[in-house]
Amino acid sequence: MKTTNILVVGIGGQGVMTASEILSEAAISQGFEVKKTEVAGMSQRGGVVSSHVRFGPRVLSPEIAPGEAEILVGFEAAEAMRWCHYLRPKGVAMVNQLRLTPPIVSLGLFDYPDDPVAAIRARGVETHDFDAGAIARELGDLRLVNTIMLGAISDHLPFSAETLKNCIIARFRARKPAMAELNAKAFDLGKAAAKV
Amino acid sequence: MSHKPFTPPPAGSRLLMSGNEAIARAVWDAGARVAAAYPGTPSTEILENVARYPDLYSEWSVNEKVSLEVAIGASVTGARSFCAMKHVGLNVAADALMTLTLTGVVGGLVIAVADDVGFSSSQNEQDSRFWGRFAHLPIVEPADSQEAYAMTLAAFDLSEKFNTPVILRLTTRVCHVKCRVDIGERAVKRAAEGFVKNPSRWVMVPANAQKRVPEVFAREKALREESETTELNRLEPGADKRVGFVTSGPAYMHVRETFPNAPVLKLGLSHPAPLDKIRAFAGAVDTLVVVEETEQLLEGEIRAAGIAARGKDILPAAGELPPYILRKSLVSLLPELANADETSPVALKVFPRPPTMCVACPHLGVYYTLSQLRNVTIAGDIGCYTLGAGHPWNALDTTICMGASMGMALGMDKGRGPDDEKKKIIAVIGDSTFMHMGMQGLLDIAYNRGNVTVLLLDNRTVGMTGGQDNPASGRDIHGDEAPRVDFAKIVESLGIAPEHIHVVDPYILPTLFKTLREETKYDGPSVIITNRPCVLIDEYKQEPSYEVIEDKCTGCGNCVEIGCPAIHVTRREKVVKPSGKEVELAFTRIETAACTGCGLCLQPCAPDAIKPAVPTFPVTVV
Repeated sequence: MKTTNILVVGIGGQGVMTASEILSEAAISQGFEVKKTEVAGMSQRGGVVSSHVRFGPRVLSPEIAPGEAEILVGFEAAEAMRWCHYLRPKGVAMVNQLRLTPPIVSLGLFDYPDDPVAAIRARGVETHDFDAGAIARELGDLRLVNTIMLGAISDHLPFSAETLKNCIIARFRARKPAMAELNAKAFDLGKAAAKV
Repeated sequence: MSHKPFTPPPAGSRLLMSGNEAIARAVWDAGARVAAAYPGTPSTEILENVARYPDLYSEWSVNEKVSLEVAIGASVTGARSFCAMKHVGLNVAADALMTLTLTGVVGGLVIAVADDVGFSSSQNEQDSRFWGRFAHLPIVEPADSQEAYAMTLAAFDLSEKFNTPVILRLTTRVCHVKCRVDIGERAVKRAAEGFVKNPSRWVMVPANAQKRVPEVFAREKALREESETTELNRLEPGADKRVGFVTSGPAYMHVRETFPNAPVLKLGLSHPAPLDKIRAFAGAVDTLVVVEETEQLLEGEIRAAGIAARGKDILPAAGELPPYILRKSLVSLLPELANADETSPVALKVFPRPPTMCVACPHLGVYYTLSQLRNVTIAGDIGCYTLGAGHPWNALDTTICMGASMGMALGMDKGRGPDDEKKKIIAVIGDSTFMHMGMQGLLDIAYNRGNVTVLLLDNRTVGMTGGQDNPASGRDIHGDEAPRVDFAKIVESLGIAPEHIHVVDPYILPTLFKTLREETKYDGPSVIITNRPCVLIDEYKQEPSYEVIEDKCTGCGNCVEIGCPAIHVTRREKVVKPSGKEVELAFTRIETAACTGCGLCLQPCAPDAIKPAVPTFPVTVV
């Protein structure tokens, strides 16, 4: 079996790093070797975050090269567009439709792309997009977006969706038990939304 | 910061750990008694994690030099000790380091130095391996978390065996990469045998210090022999002998991934280099290529020993060397890589998203005010407030290193020519940077009667590295209460006249503006201290959010000039004023879910269009 490459991207504060950490834990629970790395920098201040997760029988370099990711998880539409060249020709892009305009766009110095999802789809990769924020809002907590996104990619992994879901539930049981049930629901809704 | 109780996972656990977490565990497992650090990306999490373990002393020091001195003090009493810093931190600690190499150690002393290869959050990209050459110290270089764990333990042993401090050289790709780590048994904690008076060893006056020099050279020779035989330097045979690689640190992982069939000599103890081993290796391959991050160091030493080697003639001497760069660089030696470049897909064009200040950050008010001042030069410093150099404020003119705003502002004042005669000189520095290395500069300003207005932005934390406690937070590394410094008193003691020391609320723009204008008019040193906490620490209390009343917004755009990320422009419109001048209007809205009600944007709003929001949804920070 070869190495699986997943790139999770978004903006500092969105939970990108937590999502990739959960993915890594799930992969470890399946006996894979895992490497997870970020290009984050000063990302706590609203900058770009891209988190690389690689797993397989043996993983050496932690970095995914452009053109080598199986899955791109975009927590924000323009960020998914920024990193979509990391996908393989047959890769899968899972995109949250959320559009977050930075001050630099509000100041009129740059434009936000009209249709980032269309730009990704035009590259010929399998592209799914949905409004994860709307689902989170429905469930009453915007922080659920990362569980929703994990649910959305759960059918595209080399291990079962159930494995990933259990990992999330176990994590919340250990840290915030009150949130475990809600996250399980968010996972299922994300999984369903991605199929549409 | 809040600190949760922590039970260390038992020996034999297999965990997903970052390099920083693995090092922390190894420091504990090595039985260290003392660990100290000043926060700095990418090293910060090492001490954050060490502090969670029981049964050893850990601290946030005020700067890296002090952290090393604390570790030295512990070592001379016989305790195993540890300090961690980012690459530029060792510049600060270098004075201690360069004489520590003469005294040597008693208890093992490991200095973790984390290079920011790739410039994720630093002002330069210096290669800390140079310190091994400069200070005649061994350099140990792990490639991932598992090695970081094992090599930290090995570094303590080396330190005691050779009576030397050891530099554990890390890069961002060791510190922040998470992978599986198998953790072992905790060593029996080394007893601190107590300080033994010995002036010829510990009092480094010239006569004593001079006598230590031959010992340093003898130690280096012994370490070179160790380097030839240690298991830290590993030969991995390979069938494709066209190119053999000598490499260290994370570059090893990239080499191994890219060239699975090539022979590789992996150096864990990279200085002193095992030159005999390298010579033998070179003889068994067609071409020897040295892959090192970042500068040409090993390669030069190898060539100086008369061994033919390639390296920086084909590889970049800055930044990381991931597989796709290695493939591109090795084409001249391995022709089958020729297509590698063309298959690399091209990125789509998307606006840049530089880091910004947070919603309601108290620095927003300061930089908005600074951006309104004319005829000023603003010497800046290192921290979140360095972002004031960016849009929309453009209100920070220099950044060099921690504390430089003070000295540079004084130099700008004293060196000014006729063109700068009327310029006001302002220095901006944060609380943590001020305590790290700024106080001395302010003393210099006061002592030499500089005409400088200092803005001391006290947000009671080390913000940029994620909100660590410091003497301004009044809490120690465990979150326990500690003496809180009184900046107004410090500043006064340094020699600033009390009538030119002001403590102001950075959310009240008119006061801030008036104080700044008055003090910049004064022909002498003054200090303005802001007093609101960082929005990311527990001390910050958020207020109900605001919204823009759409009908009332006239598009003046004043609120956008605050630079708050919660303020978005909904539409722009070009209009011609009665004067004939064309202006662009910017109509705005506030992301109420993100707004925490600091009230800064209300103040410049010309039509008074910003009002408390009607809550629609539980507030979450995005």
